[in-house]
Amino acid sequence: MIALSNYLILGAILFSLSIAGFVLNRRNVITLLMCVELMLLAVNMNFIAFSHYLNDIKGQVFVFFILTVAAAETAIGLAIVVLLYRNKKTIDVQELDSLKG
Amino acid sequence: MAETIRTLSLIIVLAPLLGAILAGLFGKVLGRKTSHRVTVLLMFVAFFAACWVWKLTVLDHGYLNSVLYIWGESGNFTFNIGFMIDQLTAWMMLLVTFVSLLVHIYSIGYMADDSGYQRFFSYVSLFTFSMLLLVTANNFLQLFIGWEGVGLVSYLLIGFWYTKEAAIFGSFKAFIVNRVGDFGFIIGIAAVMTYFGTLDYTTVFAKAPALAKAGTVLAVIPGAPWAVLTFICLALFIGAMGKSAQMPLHVWLPESMEGPTPISALIHAATMVTAGVFMVARLSPMFELSPTALSVVLVIGATGALFTGLVAFVQHDIKRVIAYSTLSQLGYMMAAMGVSAYAAGIFHLMMHGCFKALLFLAAGSVILGMHHEQDMRKMGGLRKYMPITYITFLIGALALSAIPPFAGYYSKDAIIEAVGAASNIPGSGYAYVCLVLGAFVTAFYIFRAFFLTFHGKERFSAEVKQHVKESPWVVWLPLVGLAIPSVFAGAILAYPLLYASPSWFGKSIFVAKGNNVLATLAEHYHGWFAYALHSVTTAPFWAAVIGIVSAWVLCLLVPSWRDVLVKRLSWIYFILVKKYGFDDFNQVVIAHGSKRFGEFCYRVADAKILDDWIINGSGRAVRFGASVVRRLQTGYLYHYVFVMILGLVVFVGWFELFETHSVLAEMLKSKYF
Repeated sequence: MIALSNYLILGAILFSLSIAGFVLNRRNVITLLMCVELMLLAVNMNFIAFSHYLNDIKGQVFVFFILTVAAAETAIGLAIVVLLYRNKKTIDVQELDSLKG
Repeated sequence: MAETIRTLSLIIVLAPLLGAILAGLFGKVLGRKTSHRVTVLLMFVAFFAACWVWKLTVLDHGYLNSVLYIWGESGNFTFNIGFMIDQLTAWMMLLVTFVSLLVHIYSIGYMADDSGYQRFFSYVSLFTFSMLLLVTANNFLQLFIGWEGVGLVSYLLIGFWYTKEAAIFGSFKAFIVNRVGDFGFIIGIAAVMTYFGTLDYTTVFAKAPALAKAGTVLAVIPGAPWAVLTFICLALFIGAMGKSAQMPLHVWLPESMEGPTPISALIHAATMVTAGVFMVARLSPMFELSPTALSVVLVIGATGALFTGLVAFVQHDIKRVIAYSTLSQLGYMMAAMGVSAYAAGIFHLMMHGCFKALLFLAAGSVILGMHHEQDMRKMGGLRKYMPITYITFLIGALALSAIPPFAGYYSKDAIIEAVGAASNIPGSGYAYVCLVLGAFVTAFYIFRAFFLTFHGKERFSAEVKQHVKESPWVVWLPLVGLAIPSVFAGAILAYPLLYASPSWFGKSIFVAKGNNVLATLAEHYHGWFAYALHSVTTAPFWAAVIGIVSAWVLCLLVPSWRDVLVKRLSWIYFILVKKYGFDDFNQVVIAHGSKRFGEFCYRVADAKILDDWIINGSGRAVRFGASVVRRLQTGYLYHYVFVMILGLVVFVGWFELFETHSVLAEMLKSKYF
């Protein structure tokens, strides 16, 4: 029997990795999208673990929704990246600073 | 009878108001002729009604004190518009409507070719209305309304020729100096309200002795308690000083001569400036209870009587000589108030109203004849050209100089003797000396003006000479109308007004037992003729005669002596020409000082603190803050994410540190870990 804490720690590690990917990655927008996916998966991990240990199926139902939304979000995200590339001729994060005040 | 008085009083007060509205608002429609006809007719109605009221009150002892209209109620206080018609009011109404009527008639001639003709008549009628409101009041508030009303109209009329810079200056000065006085006046009214709880005359008068006996005090300056009644009387007297042009608030009156001459006669000689004197007489039951206030009134009055008269010695403008004479005569009236000879003061007020209006209107007639030349150095020898003006001016001058049996003699001599007899009031010795010297001064300046204008060489140009002629009948008729009472009224009225018991003032004037100086004088009064003969044994008469003779010597006999005197007494001459420096002091210290203070406030408080620091400063602070915060907004996604995470960590950390109920700790303790 694997303890709940192990799952939670795994989730935390995944989450931290994705944050690290966000902050440290200076190159590619696609990596950022992947980090977002990873973050969601880390959260899903928590959901499933709690769902199993609390004997509550609702958590697993939630995971399906999240997966669906994540897929849709990625599709949109990729479309934005394609448009971004068409307009800016780059997907390098360090060069995308048009939000600057 | 009260009902009749009430109706008549309403007519007296409202007829001039109606005239003012008609001429003022519908003057264009009515045209010049109709405007003056309407106002003169309504004034005549008011005068007629005033005569009737005079008969009902003075001869038939009628009395009215009634509320016409409740203006406002607030808690326990009611503000009423009401009439208190007694003998004093009746006399004042008679004087005001009489002089006003004659001035209205006179203005038809004097203002004939002025473009503001209807406006002028409207103002004069409005003034009469305000003055009548003032004298008929039965409470302090209505008194104050009339008080401010005459002040306003005076301002409008001094600045009547509003394109003339001196007129604007004069009207401003009058308005501002009067504000200073009114400040004291309104404080006085507020004090009455506080200590008596009402503004009604009769109630206040009834309560005043109890308040004086209780010895209630009031610390204006901490540590120096004043009797409340003294404080009230002095505060009200400051108002009177402003309106009645007592030193040192007299500076506006000479300046007011920039207005049209009929106005100088009506407002600045016969009626408005006497409002302060009337007020003191009306409030005699209060002033009688405060010896300190009476003493102040006496000293200020006497000082004004002598020293403002002296300034008239060196004036060249004929109207200004008469203006300074007004100041001096107002001083006499106030001095009479100071020794509790209220009846004498009011008597002099009425006589002065007649002969001073006469002098002013005669001067106006001269000015009209000389084509608006007011400088006496450019006149002379006019008696050949203007005989009626000459005679009437002479009558006015004799009355002013108190030569028996002219009107001024009976009133002025009563004042001087009353001051002499009232030796128990502090300052009466000084006042007596001032007033006797004042008699010399009065005679000198007015006869100087008389000789310079009507006698001697003709100093005007040949061109003017062709035009000089007697003024039209509308101008000289009022002169004659005023000359008659200036000759006879004194002799006729002296006994019933001053010495009879009860006098024609009845109970309208209150004199405390120990203060009744007129009663002592009455013992020596044996008819007007004996009183006139008696004058040769008194100092004021000889002072006046010496004044007339010396004016004659200096102006006609040996004019060169004048230059010698000016050279010998150059420092006195300098002081008089500078009018004791009141004007310069006001101009330099008060006017210029407040201007400088305003500039200082503008530069420091407004431009620096408000505009620069607060308004522009807040803008600058936002800009500076933005320039700092802007650096945080780099535009890089990973910076934003980092800040978000940081925020999350901070919030969770905060929550864990400061919440007693730590969720994290619970979780770690649970069975799943």
